[in-house]
Amino acid sequence: MKHIISLLMENEAGALSRVAGLFSARAYNIESLTVAPTEDPTLSRMTIVTSGSDQVIEQIIKQLNKLIDVVKVLDLNDGKFIERELMLVKVKATGAFREEMKRMCDIFRGRIIDVADGSFTIELTGSGTKLDAFIESLDKAAILETVRTGASGIGRGDRILKV
Amino acid sequence: MTNPNITGAEILIRCINEEKVKFVFGYPGGAVLHIYDEIYKQNGFKHILVRHEQAAVHAADAYSRATGDVGVALVTSGPGATNAVTGIATAYMDSIPLVIISGQVPVPAIGMDAFQEVDMVGITRPCVKHNFLVKDVKDIAATMKKAFYIAASGRPGPVVVDIPKDITAHFAEYFYPKTVEMRSYNPVLKGHSGQIKKAVKLLLEAKRPMIYTGGGLVLGDGTEELIKLARTLNYPVTNTLMGLGGYPATDKQFLGMLGMHGTYEANMAMQNCDVLIAVGARFDDRVIGNPENFLSQPRTIIHIDVDPSSISKRVKVDVPIVGHVQSVLREMNEILSSDIMANEKKQSNISSWWKQIDEWRNVKSMVYQNSSTVIKPQYVIEKLWEVTKGDAYITSDVGQHQMWAAQYYKFDKPRRWINSGGLGTMGVGLPYAMGCQFADKNAQVACVTGEGSIQMNIQELSTCAQYGLPIKVIMLNNRYLGMVRQWQEFFYENRYSESYMDSLPDFVKLAESYGHVGMKITNPADVEGALKEAFAKKDKFVFMDFITDQDENVFPMIANGKGLSEMILGNDHIAREED
Ligand SMILES: Cc1ncc(C[n+]2csc(CCOP(=O)(O)OP(=O)(O)O)c2C)c(N)n1
Repeated sequence: MKHIISLLMENEAGALSRVAGLFSARAYNIESLTVAPTEDPTLSRMTIVTSGSDQVIEQIIKQLNKLIDVVKVLDLNDGKFIERELMLVKVKATGAFREEMKRMCDIFRGRIIDVADGSFTIELTGSGTKLDAFIESLDKAAILETVRTGASGIGRGDRILKV
Repeated sequence: MTNPNITGAEILIRCINEEKVKFVFGYPGGAVLHIYDEIYKQNGFKHILVRHEQAAVHAADAYSRATGDVGVALVTSGPGATNAVTGIATAYMDSIPLVIISGQVPVPAIGMDAFQEVDMVGITRPCVKHNFLVKDVKDIAATMKKAFYIAASGRPGPVVVDIPKDITAHFAEYFYPKTVEMRSYNPVLKGHSGQIKKAVKLLLEAKRPMIYTGGGLVLGDGTEELIKLARTLNYPVTNTLMGLGGYPATDKQFLGMLGMHGTYEANMAMQNCDVLIAVGARFDDRVIGNPENFLSQPRTIIHIDVDPSSISKRVKVDVPIVGHVQSVLREMNEILSSDIMANEKKQSNISSWWKQIDEWRNVKSMVYQNSSTVIKPQYVIEKLWEVTKGDAYITSDVGQHQMWAAQYYKFDKPRRWINSGGLGTMGVGLPYAMGCQFADKNAQVACVTGEGSIQMNIQELSTCAQYGLPIKVIMLNNRYLGMVRQWQEFFYENRYSESYMDSLPDFVKLAESYGHVGMKITNPADVEGALKEAFAKKDKFVFMDFITDQDENVFPMIANGKGLSEMILGNDHIAREED
């Protein structure tokens, strides 16, 4: 099963490579990983999307906790949470495609952020599944380029990850 | 009031002395010259000059295994650092607390492919508990404090501190912190008392109980409490290869080592028990074999370990207790001594379980056919145990000789059996013996080795000469990479591919060339006398070359991927030989 794991770690050189190294050394899946400093500049917040059996996920959480730089780990799937990802898609916008793309963008509540003679660049945020659905619904021939940030996640209500 | 500024190198030396380190095992080079200059001027710790950086780390590792203190090694950048890596990985696999200081090229040269530059922090990341690159002289003291703290606390392990050369020349005020606070690192010490109560209850209700302990019990100094627990309950005990000495081997409740080359009774009891308590052991592949076979038999498992990630990793556990083994066992003993159930327990008994165990014991899985013409390796170890009165530090290398040492030397005390269990590193034996001899200069120290392994760090004969270490090398010379040959005999139809050790030196002459005593023993009748003679030379390093039976195999054995109940016993083999 897919899990989204959030963690807070010391914002120190090499911290990211410790996490990435752990996943490769122990052959854990890693679908996406995002990291940036938090409002407290000494801490980084990381969101890792991974998958595995319950036993593997339990080990991943334990192994992450074992890293000396890791302050806190939370498996967002243990409760209610919100997942968001940003995607930029450059699509063909010539002839009939021009109207079609505008319409699709509206349906998915995206925004066209760059307009050129033959193309649009669309910005879309949402869960991973929503972004997948958007790509699915586009004519393959129309997609020129895509870039995704990987998921960020946060607990709902008073589920707070903080030191 | 401010302290005068001193160099990074001097700060480093003061930090090491502040930690009351007695020995630093090291080897100099360009990047650590400032540090070596300060070593020259100080008179705190003693620096031990090895002949290869791998041996420096192994010696520091053994020093730690023998004493419980943090071992310290110092190496230069580049090749010095990479030479240390095998030693670091060896210590990491066995959870040994070390601080390894490596030199690094000056900060402005980092990343420029400078002379003798390697990314030490990158190379060692997967085989250290933690590592640091110090980029400011002001950080040296705090980093060293953290390094010692991290190495020794929680589940211990090696910590690398990589220090660029220019940092050791910069000046700063010296201040060594008294304590460490790390919001990201707070190892659990005390076990959950609810879980502990539950565990005691389960233990008391057991019909076929089994106590299984590993290296964690030795490292956590839990032996005394474990003996108390086992004796109160009168339950059988087995130790892993890493855990030998954790429970006295000559005690009647001891079933011997378990696992791939463990005794029949230990493995059968492990397989057939109804309540299993694992203490500082991790159910690894050499111990329980195939986990599916192990789990085919239902049993309730209690697991005490300081590292939560060791629990339910290979085998699902029913009652996990995260905590320091000594304190958890003490709490269990307290409950037992107060609980009326314990008294009841003394009335009730598990005599039918003991009867079953005695039947398994009668299989006599640990036998070999002695000979009057050729020296049997097992016989040498038996005699070694007798001659040293079971009271020596025994280090070993990796191979058949290691298993025979583990099987036939009966360890009654913890921290006496020093070997590379996790990584299985050939070449540890001699530097391990050095570490033990430095730890306890009057002790009897013997290195049980093979002619393959000894040659992986043979240069240390020179170090032993320099420091006058009266180690006894017990080399079981079978002219084969014996363990490899055994597997080839069993699983590759006797195709002995590259497992033959040819062109061996004359070990007696080799030893003598360093000023040591060399002995070659070829006749079984001479074994005991030779050992006595060697150990009588209290201030001499003696290299004993025992020419042993080439074809001897280690039994019992569980083949790779097989289960605990699928042992190959030596008896069958002996019977076949006699036909
Ligand atoms: C550094 C290293 N290389 C290779 C091995 C694989 N290996 C395990 S046991 C063994 C043979 C050891 O031979 P020897 O030291 O003569 O001991 P024996 O088995 O004959 O007692 C080898 C090659 C290892 N464990 N370590």
